[in-house]
Amino acid sequence: MKARIKFRKYGVMKFIGHLDVMRYFQKVMRRAEIPIAFTGGCSPHMIMSFAQPLGVGLTSDGEYLDIELSSPVSREKAIKQMNQVMVEGMEVTDFTEISDDKKSSGMTITAAASYKVFLLASGENSDNRIHIPVKWRESCPHFLEEKEIFMWKKTKKSEKEVDIRPLIYDMRADEESIFLFLAAGSGQNLKPDLVMRAFLSYMGIDFHEKMPPFHYHRIDLYAEEKNTKAFISLSDTGV
Amino acid sequence: MRKLALNDEILLNIEKPARYIGNEVNSVMKDPEKVDIRFAMCFPDVYEIGMSHLGIQILYDMFNRRQDVWCERVYSPWIDLDKVMREKQIPLFALESQDPIKEFDFLGITIQYEMCYTNILQILDLSGIPIMAADRSENDPIVIGGGPCTYNPEPLADYFDLFYIGEGETVYGELLDAFKLCRKQGGSRRDYLEMAAGIEGIYVPSFYEVSYHEDGTIEDFYPVNPHAAETIKKQLVLDVSNTYYPEAPVVPFIKVTQDRVVLEIQRGCIRGCRFCQAGMLYRPLRERNVKMLKHYASQMLKNTGHEEISLSSLSSSDYSSLKELVTFLIEEFKGKGINISLPSLRIDAFSLDVMEKVQDVRKSSLTFAPEAGSQRMRDVINKGLTEDEILAGAGEAFEGGWNKVKLYFMLGLPYETKEDRRAVAELADKVARRYYEIPKEQRNGKCQITSSTSFFIPKPFTPFQWARMYTNEEYISYAADVKHAFQEQLNKKSLKYHWHDAEVTVLEGIFARGDRRSGAVILEAYRLGCIYDSWSDYFDYEKWLQAFKNTGIDMAFYNLRERSLDERLPWDFIDIGVSKEFLKREWERAKKAEITPNCKRKCAGCGAGKWKGGICIESKN
Repeated sequence: MKARIKFRKYGVMKFIGHLDVMRYFQKVMRRAEIPIAFTGGCSPHMIMSFAQPLGVGLTSDGEYLDIELSSPVSREKAIKQMNQVMVEGMEVTDFTEISDDKKSSGMTITAAASYKVFLLASGENSDNRIHIPVKWRESCPHFLEEKEIFMWKKTKKSEKEVDIRPLIYDMRADEESIFLFLAAGSGQNLKPDLVMRAFLSYMGIDFHEKMPPFHYHRIDLYAEEKNTKAFISLSDTGV
Repeated sequence: MRKLALNDEILLNIEKPARYIGNEVNSVMKDPEKVDIRFAMCFPDVYEIGMSHLGIQILYDMFNRRQDVWCERVYSPWIDLDKVMREKQIPLFALESQDPIKEFDFLGITIQYEMCYTNILQILDLSGIPIMAADRSENDPIVIGGGPCTYNPEPLADYFDLFYIGEGETVYGELLDAFKLCRKQGGSRRDYLEMAAGIEGIYVPSFYEVSYHEDGTIEDFYPVNPHAAETIKKQLVLDVSNTYYPEAPVVPFIKVTQDRVVLEIQRGCIRGCRFCQAGMLYRPLRERNVKMLKHYASQMLKNTGHEEISLSSLSSSDYSSLKELVTFLIEEFKGKGINISLPSLRIDAFSLDVMEKVQDVRKSSLTFAPEAGSQRMRDVINKGLTEDEILAGAGEAFEGGWNKVKLYFMLGLPYETKEDRRAVAELADKVARRYYEIPKEQRNGKCQITSSTSFFIPKPFTPFQWARMYTNEEYISYAADVKHAFQEQLNKKSLKYHWHDAEVTVLEGIFARGDRRSGAVILEAYRLGCIYDSWSDYFDYEKWLQAFKNTGIDMAFYNLRERSLDERLPWDFIDIGVSKEFLKREWERAKKAEITPNCKRKCAGCGAGKWKGGICIESKN
């Protein structure tokens, strides 16, 4: 039996990187006595995979990891036991059974991510947020009318110029924040700060490599439904 | 929501911000309004090293069990943050509350090795606490030193208000109660130090003075305050099975050096190796009850979620219930994906059998510490290990499928000759030969015998405390002797040789046996920019040489002379139980390469029996 855990990451936990979050959850499984399954062989390890890494500095309401269970456990019990051993800044919000099929793992099906981007008074404090300027708000639809948006994108090996426009599914802004809906996952992935960089350039704002201070908050991760091509939240992909 | 001392901009632009945010699982939060005493516990090195230290975990748990005390942690900010804090004048803070250290009642610093001394000054400096104890005001925290280096606290005497000599479990309660009483009575800092000086095991350096002979040796060391005792008695726990031990140690977010549950199975050691300071300081041997250890192993694994448990002690093979404990751990936890890591055990049938169960034989290597190459030298240091035993152990391991062996040695030992040094390579070659005695079709390719040498540093309270050390150049020539000998060995292609740096050795030697005057060099080196001296990337020997030059302190006086048996040594005022008479006897026996049997075989009358605990009072077979 496989299960998908949804969790929030907020507050000071934004300083904990992805690898350490993985280590953190391995220890959570033991402390919460979740009956997680192990791989065989002489150094067995937990069967656990994360849908999509979250960069240091970002907060999120929609993080996911899949685990394999060696015996069934109820949704309520699992959530309660895990939250009893959490630290402030981490909270399990859902636990759903998923298909055993490898093709339905969070890592495989993740296709999009939504974000809120906040503009800050200064980079010192991500809670000190200021309004999104009217001009920015009005520019969003025009920005999306661009046919192509070429940006330098860093990969592990090299840096190349790519058209990021097809990877931006939506962008709109209100007074509070800019909403982004972007391609995500192991196939095509677009980071929100690259979009903001492109957007500022588009508006002719000269930021000399030093961006205005933003805080990025991930709202959720999505899979693409086969038939309708609609995006559905990873928390709605259970069996 | 949790508030941090450092802002986002700083934290997102330094390495591993998780070092500074606290909030770890099992870290203790309290309401500062509801406690009487704020205690900051410090390990003066980077977080990953400091968090791996068992002693602090024990004391952190012990202090926080008291409702009136909030004990928090603080470590050395790494080089990157150190720079930012100085530029922006951000005071050093504790991880839990994120409050400035300067606002605390106590700053307790554990002093585990000499090369962290400049980091101690960094901690004081970044906290805004005057570096010199004499300059501190009523509002500054009381700065306490503890740990193995405090058995010769003199080089640090000017920087600490008091030292706690010995194991922390015994008189900290008294020390804290005295603080509350003193405050209630409206007492001053000096009043408190006088009260503290009256507690067994507490040394207040400012209450003592030292006079010197013309040749620079100590003439006299004496108290100048009526509350200060002539000798300071080391503190030790007699019943180690009924004492403080954490059931829920703090679990770091980032990977630290000791990223596992640590179970201390015993304290002290029966072996009596003459170079080993821990072996003398922590006498007598005291074993923890196996029932207690099983309980703590289960609790700690459950409360931390760690995937590994490691046993800790000196000479673990001597623990009498080792088999029962290890069997329990394997049966109980191996199936739950928990790794069991064993400390260096004597290589015998039992330990090989256990290792086969808990490790991947093909990947792992076996470690032997013969410490010296020749049998004569092993007798000089009282290692109590013969060449036959080494070769038999290696042989068993090779037949069990291992083909990698690590050997540890020391160079620069008392009475060592060039022949003894060459014997290091010869012993390594004999181990390799033993491997190739196995028929080709039964062995697993080539063997790899890796030998490492470090340079011996005489430590206080050991039989070698009177021994001389050597110069940097001499040490390098000793390593060269060994290297040349390796090139002549039959199996040289299967042998590897590494040696440790000599510059650090020289400095460690000076501070290990330094007196009060030597402390000035530490401050001068710190002023010249020395910090993180135990990290080879940051160690700057040239700056240290400059500091010696600037302070006029002579390295040769501390390192290059053999001390006479009647010389007053800087640490003579501390009573560790083991008597100076015993150490002298052992120094004489070393000269004649005579071995002394271990405590289980025959009591050598070392003096530790006066504590009336552990092996000294247990019935001897």
